[in-house]
Parts: sequence; C-alpha cells; structure tokens
Amino acid sequence: MQRYLAQRVLQGAVTLLVISLIIFLLARLSGDPLQIMLSEEATKEDYAIAAQHWGLDRPLTQQYLTFLGNASRGDFGRSIRLGRPALELVWERLPATLKLAGASIAVSLLIAIPIGVLSAVRRDTALDYGGKVIALLGQSMPSFWLGIVLIWVFAVMLGWLPASGTGGPQHFVLPAIALGWFQVAAVMRLVRSAMLDVLDSEYVKLARIKGVAERAVVWKHCLRNAAIPPLTYIGFIVAVLLTGSLVIETVFAWPGIGLLAIDAVRYRDFPVVQTVVLLYAAKFVVINLLVDVAYVYVDPRIRFQR
Amino acid sequence: MAVATARVEAQAVPRRRARARRAPMVVFLTVLLVILVLPALLAPWLAPHHPLEGQLAEKLKPPVWLTGGSWQYPLGTDPLGRDILSRLIFGARVSLSVSLVAIFIGGILGTVLGLFAGYFGGWTDSLIMRAVDIAFSLPTILLGLVLAVVIGPSFRTVIVIVAFLLWARYARQVRGEVLSVKERDFVAQARIAGCSHLRIMFGHILPNVVNTLIVLATLQVGYVILLEGTLSFLGVGIPPPTPAWGLMVATGRALIVSAWWVSFFPGLAILVTVLTLNLLGDWLRDRLDPKLRQV
Repeated sequence: MQRYLAQRVLQGAVTLLVISLIIFLLARLSGDPLQIMLSEEATKEDYAIAAQHWGLDRPLTQQYLTFLGNASRGDFGRSIRLGRPALELVWERLPATLKLAGASIAVSLLIAIPIGVLSAVRRDTALDYGGKVIALLGQSMPSFWLGIVLIWVFAVMLGWLPASGTGGPQHFVLPAIALGWFQVAAVMRLVRSAMLDVLDSEYVKLARIKGVAERAVVWKHCLRNAAIPPLTYIGFIVAVLLTGSLVIETVFAWPGIGLLAIDAVRYRDFPVVQTVVLLYAAKFVVINLLVDVAYVYVDPRIRFQR
Repeated sequence: MAVATARVEAQAVPRRRARARRAPMVVFLTVLLVILVLPALLAPWLAPHHPLEGQLAEKLKPPVWLTGGSWQYPLGTDPLGRDILSRLIFGARVSLSVSLVAIFIGGILGTVLGLFAGYFGGWTDSLIMRAVDIAFSLPTILLGLVLAVVIGPSFRTVIVIVAFLLWARYARQVRGEVLSVKERDFVAQARIAGCSHLRIMFGHILPNVVNTLIVLATLQVGYVILLEGTLSFLGVGIPPPTPAWGLMVATGRALIVSAWWVSFFPGLAILVTVLTLNLLGDWLRDRLDPKLRQV
C-alpha cells in the first residue's frame, strides 16, 4: 500500500518534469519575445541589454535548469508583458475560473442526474430517448457557438441576463450552461448504467418487498449507491472544464486563467504560459493521484491485493 | 427455472423492440451523413457563389426569409459580402478533411505504439504508457495554441496538433486489448510455428482489435471537428480566407446583435454534423464493440 503510493507519487513527479521540459522548449521555439516588447527603433545594443536582463542570452540547458530551480521554490518568473510575478497573476485569476468551474459542474449534475435516473427507471421509453437527445446535443455543440447563441437569445433579444463580465450570480448563468452542457452526456451515461446495475440488485428487491415507496427506492436506496461512479468522474470533469474554460472565458470576457493564458500565448509571454500549463498539468496529476488513493481507500479488494 | 426464463424473456422483448425501432434511425442517419458529405465532395459544382470572392456592396444581407433577404443569398452574406451558404459548403470540405487526415495519422501512431506496449510489456510498456499519461495530462487546447504560435497557423499545423492530441487514446485502448488477445492460444501457436514478433503483432493480433479501432475513429470524428472548430475560433486553426466553420463563427461573434446569421449557421452546421456522427458512432459501438461502452 505505502509502496504503491510512493510509486504513484514518483510517477507523477516524473510526468510533471517531462511536461515542464516540453513546454519550456515549445515556448522558446515560439519566437523572440523581445521583438514584441521592444520598439521598432531598438538597436542591437538594446536587444543585447534586454536579453541579458531577462537571461535570454544564456544557453538553453542553463535557462531550463534556472527555471526548474526557481520553480521548485515557487518562483515562476515575471510576466514579460505585465512585469509582475507570473504565479501572482495566475493566483489572482484562479478564483474566477474555479467559481465558474463549480457553477458549471452544478449545471451538469443538475441536468445529468435526474435524466440518468429517469432514463434508467423508464428504460426504452420516450423519456429515455428524450434524455439521450438532450445529453447528446450538449456533446455535439461547439461550446463557443453555444455561448454566442446564449448571449444572442438571453442577453440581446430577451435582455434577461448580462452578456459578459463578472458581478452578481446572474453573470454565472450563461457561461456555466455553455461550459457545463458538454459534460452532461458522460455523467448521464454513468448514472444510467450504475442505476441499471443497482436496480437489479438484491437489496433493492428487498426494499420493494418490504413495501418501501417506489420513489424512496429509486431516489434514496438506488441513487446513493449509483452515485459512486459519477462522483469519481468529477475529478476528470474538473480537468476538462479548466481546458474548456479557455474558450468560454474568451466568449464571455470572463477574467479567469483561460483569458490570461490566451493573452499570454498571443504576446509570447513565456513565464505566464509556462506557469499556466504546469499548473494545469499538476492539477491533472494530483487529481489522478487522489482518485487512485480514493479507490484504494474505498475498495478494500484493491487494498489487499497490493 | 420457469420464473427465471420468464424474466429473461420479459427483458428481452423490449430490447428487441428497441433494436427494431433503431433500424430506421440508422438509415436516417446514413442519409443525413450522405447529405453532409456530398456537398463537401461536390462543393465547386453545388455552391452558388465563389467562397472567397464577395461583393462588398452586398455585405451583411440577411437570409431569404427576413426582410431584405433574397434567393441570391439564401443564408445571407458575411461582412465581406461573401455568400454564407457557399462558404458553409466549402467549409464542410475543410472540417471533414482535417478530421479524417488527423485521425488517420494519430490513429496509426497510437495503434502501433499500443501494439508494442501491450505485446512486449516490461520497460517498453512502462515507457510508452508514461508517455500516454503525459499526453493525457497536458491541457489540450492550450498546447494547441502554443504549437500554432510555434509553427504558424496552417492546414498542416492543425493536423499535427490534432494528431498529437489523439494518439494517446488509441495507444491506451489498443494496449489494453492486446494484453488480453496475446494470452489466447492462437498467439502461442503462431509463436511455436516460428512467426516473428512483428508478424504476430500485425498479422495475428491487429485484426482482432480492428473493430475497436473503427468504433473509436468514428466516435472521434465529431470530437475532432469540434476541436478544429475551437482552434479556428481562437484564431490558431485554419488561417483566414479559407472557409472553416469555426472561423466563420468567430467572424460573426462581434456582429451577433446586428447580423446573427453570420455566426449562427456555421455553428449549426458543426452541430448537425457532429450530432450525426456521434449517433452513428454510438450505434456502431453497440454493434461492433460493446466493450467500449464507457468511451
């Protein structure tokens, strides 16, 4: 058990190291940031001074090792464009992105769980197919387009909700739907298949024989047991959501990490790009690790095999 | 016993009925797919206007059913006076060719790596599977953005990005299946008969995972069209004058108040295409490879 965990942690660390190398090389290959920063009249000397100041004149391997050393102390460099520590910039934007992710998970679950449960209970009926259509629609829609259409209908035509920016809870509605609908299909499928398994089990039959009301059987006895697979899937959703938020934050001018990252790529702001990519990757590695640990913890069969 | 049989039958009947009900659905989907693919193939003959040449005097004409619209431009025109319908028809070419080529490249790469990982096991397996883990933990779109900036946006760039994002999925799936297929008797017999490793992998094991590959590829066409649309929307996919659907949506974004049709129709085209492909993929999965249910 402990050996297994140690092994997984080590694997995660190696993964992060390789990713940091990939992103470092990619960022360096993407062109000279000085060309964007310096004015057109800048002389060769200006370039040399600036390159020295930012450490861009040193060999690549040395630049990478410096980057790693600093990163391990929590120093991800300064944004070339804004002149502030990259980590600080990302940290500032994190709450907006997390809040949006939370809201869109809520939207996905609110749509997916009832649909999943009902389509399992009323299998092969119109309700089942209708639920599938709603879920599949979300999976087939480009989220950026859904965002634009939602703005068009609810902000421009009806004037019910704000079109962009942050503020009160009403600002969350449209971006959360645009971001969350995509996940509905996957969650619904998991809930549906888990429910079908549970509905067939002995203790559900016993509950029915005992005369428990059908509603309680479905929504209490079954759903509680069927909730485990979708819950473990939430970790994966969080990972996907943070990527999806790149697009949605652009559409809704949402001041989160996604918008920051896209601007950083456009301006070749290496330190910010590196920080965001590493943060995303680290989050993914940590979530996977937690899910594995949770499995071991929840399922004694895995625990004893190790 | 009788009770058990009765129960099985009771369950079997609705399922059979459900399958029968789905048959016309498949025909419908296939017809829809043909309707979507044909324009892509016959674009130069079908499109009423040139996709790149517009009449500035005719810019932002609304679709035919709104006041000011005409049959000359059934779905209206964009800010450069180009016919939206013609651009949609040519855009189908772009979307479909990008996805097919990218899936082909990514699929082959992933399959070969998956075969090696599953067949040889040991450190080959560990190395390849670590690479798969890394590929999965990278933020896809963001990496695509960086790649596009590094090599410059073009048709080829999009294909490289998408193939790079896809291979890991195939590698993981194929590896998993190879692990079980290679334990089967015919593999041991082939080995005794003196087949080389490569021949066993590609001649004996690969045919057993082909179904999975077909289903996975079908299910991914839709996903890739969405991905290409997203990249184009963010301005790092197919570069401008080319009629790509994602790009067309991006063009209309700022005009949503005055000329909604500029971004509405291209998005609808993506939606219908991807929905059709997803439904067909689902059906194919149930038919060919129920193992993939969780994909």
